Amino acid sequence: MKYKLGTMAIAAIMAAGPVMADLVFPSLSYRTGPYAAGGIPFADGYQDYFTMINARDGGIGGVMTRVVECETGYNTEKGVECYEATKGEGSLVYQPLSTGITYQLIPKTTADNIPMHTMGYGRTSAANGDVFSHTFNYPANYWNGASGAIKYLLDENGGDLSGKKIALVYHNSAYGKEPIRTLEELSKKHGFELSLLPVDHPGQEQKSQWLQIRRDRPDNVIMYGWGVMNQVAVQEAANIRFPMENFIGIWWSGSENDVLAAGAAADGYKALTFHNVGSDFPVFDDIQQYVVDAGEAAGAGDQIGTVLYNRGLYAAMLAAEAARTAQGIHGVADITPAMMRDGMEALEITEARMTELGMPNFGPAFKVSCENHGGPGLVGMTQWDADTKTWSMISDFGPSDMEVIQPLIDEDSAAYAAENNIASNC
Amino acid sequence: MLYREAGDFSSTYAQDSQTFPIRFDRYRYYFVLAFAFLVVPFLINDYWANAILLPFLIYAIAAIGLNILVGYCGQVSLGTGGFMAVGAYACYKLMTAFPDVSMFVHVIIAGLITAMVGVLFGLPSLRIKGFYLAVATLAAQFFLVWLFNRVSWFYNYSASGQINAPERTVFGIAVTGPNTDAWATYMFCLIFLTLSAIIARNLTRGTVGRSWMAIRDMDIAAEIIGVNPLKAKLTAFAVSSFFVGISGALFFAVYLGAVEVGEAFGIQKSFLVLFMVIIGGLGSIFGSFAGAAFLVVLPVVLKIVGVDWLGWPTDIVAHFNLVIVGGLIVMFLIVEPHGLAQLWRLAKEKLRLWPFPH
Repeated sequence: MKYKLGTMAIAAIMAAGPVMADLVFPSLSYRTGPYAAGGIPFADGYQDYFTMINARDGGIGGVMTRVVECETGYNTEKGVECYEATKGEGSLVYQPLSTGITYQLIPKTTADNIPMHTMGYGRTSAANGDVFSHTFNYPANYWNGASGAIKYLLDENGGDLSGKKIALVYHNSAYGKEPIRTLEELSKKHGFELSLLPVDHPGQEQKSQWLQIRRDRPDNVIMYGWGVMNQVAVQEAANIRFPMENFIGIWWSGSENDVLAAGAAADGYKALTFHNVGSDFPVFDDIQQYVVDAGEAAGAGDQIGTVLYNRGLYAAMLAAEAARTAQGIHGVADITPAMMRDGMEALEITEARMTELGMPNFGPAFKVSCENHGGPGLVGMTQWDADTKTWSMISDFGPSDMEVIQPLIDEDSAAYAAENNIASNC
Repeated sequence: MLYREAGDFSSTYAQDSQTFPIRFDRYRYYFVLAFAFLVVPFLINDYWANAILLPFLIYAIAAIGLNILVGYCGQVSLGTGGFMAVGAYACYKLMTAFPDVSMFVHVIIAGLITAMVGVLFGLPSLRIKGFYLAVATLAAQFFLVWLFNRVSWFYNYSASGQINAPERTVFGIAVTGPNTDAWATYMFCLIFLTLSAIIARNLTRGTVGRSWMAIRDMDIAAEIIGVNPLKAKLTAFAVSSFFVGISGALFFAVYLGAVEVGEAFGIQKSFLVLFMVIIGGLGSIFGSFAGAAFLVVLPVVLKIVGVDWLGWPTDIVAHFNLVIVGGLIVMFLIVEPHGLAQLWRLAKEKLRLWPFPH
């Protein structure tokens, strides 16, 4: 009996362990909790892309990919548990989709020599690859977003914002606070008046903030929200009849979940983006053929083509391309996390490559370097049409004000380097 | 059979009033200590340390702290999260201001600072009791979180309001920061937990502890027999906050490495620690350990069973997790309202007579 149990245990271990070499992409997702509405489509998109790559191309460079999912619930403690649980599997790159978890993992991933990609979130100054060797936040970060919003408003107002009043409604956390410094600098530069309205987690209660907006009558409202906070804000804005076309959300406040609840009142609401929206790309045919029709779709399979699904897809595409780049650099198909880091640092996404992948103009073309882990910071603007229930791009990916952002990145990363005794990486 | 007292004689008062009067129990205690100090550090890996043991050790310290206040002195507090935040931010300010000082000193001073803050917020307890005191400590919770979010001096003016633990050492061994060894962080927290438990145990069975329990059982009667309520309540707040502050400092510096006050030390943390105390057993040091273990280890075990063994989708497991933990809490409170500590006590009573109960 004992012998039998022992054999069974060994058999179980053999079955559970990897049969052959594979490329492991952990997905620290959150399908539960107050932020699940945003976490589910992203996780689905991330997973579906790798499922498609396995079925269509037979993996990356001939090596199959494997997505290991771990539920964080947007909670930092569970995030740590997930990181420790998955890092031993040979995880190539972490994408926690949470600024709080990112802050924790920056030192840990650096020590463990595993890269982390925080696409459009996390610590903005990680764009300085000289200090943050293992953290990447291409193609755009929070400060690009803040600057992109102001630039859009500048274009709208004929290049002059002096005397205008702009309010920032933000999630009162590390994430929401990120743009404040940039917006303050920009307000000095362009002469607009900035008012700050924090909303506490999870953001269901915003009556007082919107009462203040009603009283102050700002010309524009910029929002850095996530999860249930977004829907509430859009609804509150509709309630006080704030003109929706003057209301701009960051890319985390610009998905279908955020505007559908407010119905027709949300028509005209704008949100920044760093990737294209909609399902009008050849890649979605492949998703349909190899993933959906094969019955392999992640989650409930009902998120395909939504904004955050596209973002998950885009994140997976960038990860897969970086893995391919790494295979090219090192000439090894079964890469290690350290090789993956080199691949990410040498990543170049061109328009031609995106077309080849069935994603023409899906995101900006960009190039990562050792010094610049943040890419060029090109951001576009999308707008919600409540009648057709679709988001559409209303401005192409344009540059943000790096003149203001770069000194801030240098300052913040220098402070981090001094605090943690980090030597130059490049 | 196991817990036999036969042949176990006490010939001095010290022997009679020791924590583990039964010899078998005492040896078991020594064995657990030896195992924790001498065996675990050699077996531990990053996963065990960061996912299970560190949170257990740190929450156990917090639960001991809260148990002194709620279980021994009868003062209900919902401010634990806020006091943990005081410990964490005090530790952060000390770590960044005095980088060369040993982490031991920082953590202890962070505990002392929290004790002072705790006394300050304990002052209303002299006038208000019960639910009203709970509301007053709830105010402390929200005020402290607001303070650490609002005043940028506390987080050294960083852009995001996050605090990050830089690398600090104890006798040249790194215990905070990314380059720590699992055994070092484990030992560091284990030493604090052991000392906290020993101090708490000895305080609660001495004069101070007796005056706390007198206040808890009936404050007017306690006052009549000569217990000073001012001194008793404020010492309870001070000692409780000291331990909670230490746990907050360790939680930030050793366990997470970076925290954001609203997320890490919000009201849910206060409730979590309170649940640990209630489930573990009010007025019991062992109960603090049992409660912390229950609420830290059970979700991890359920996750491993559900996701890694059964291969269920992660969201289903996460939902089941809530259902099972919640159901077990309700079941425990119905079956044994005095917590896991009481179950343990009953089990010991039974074992003493086993196998001949009559």
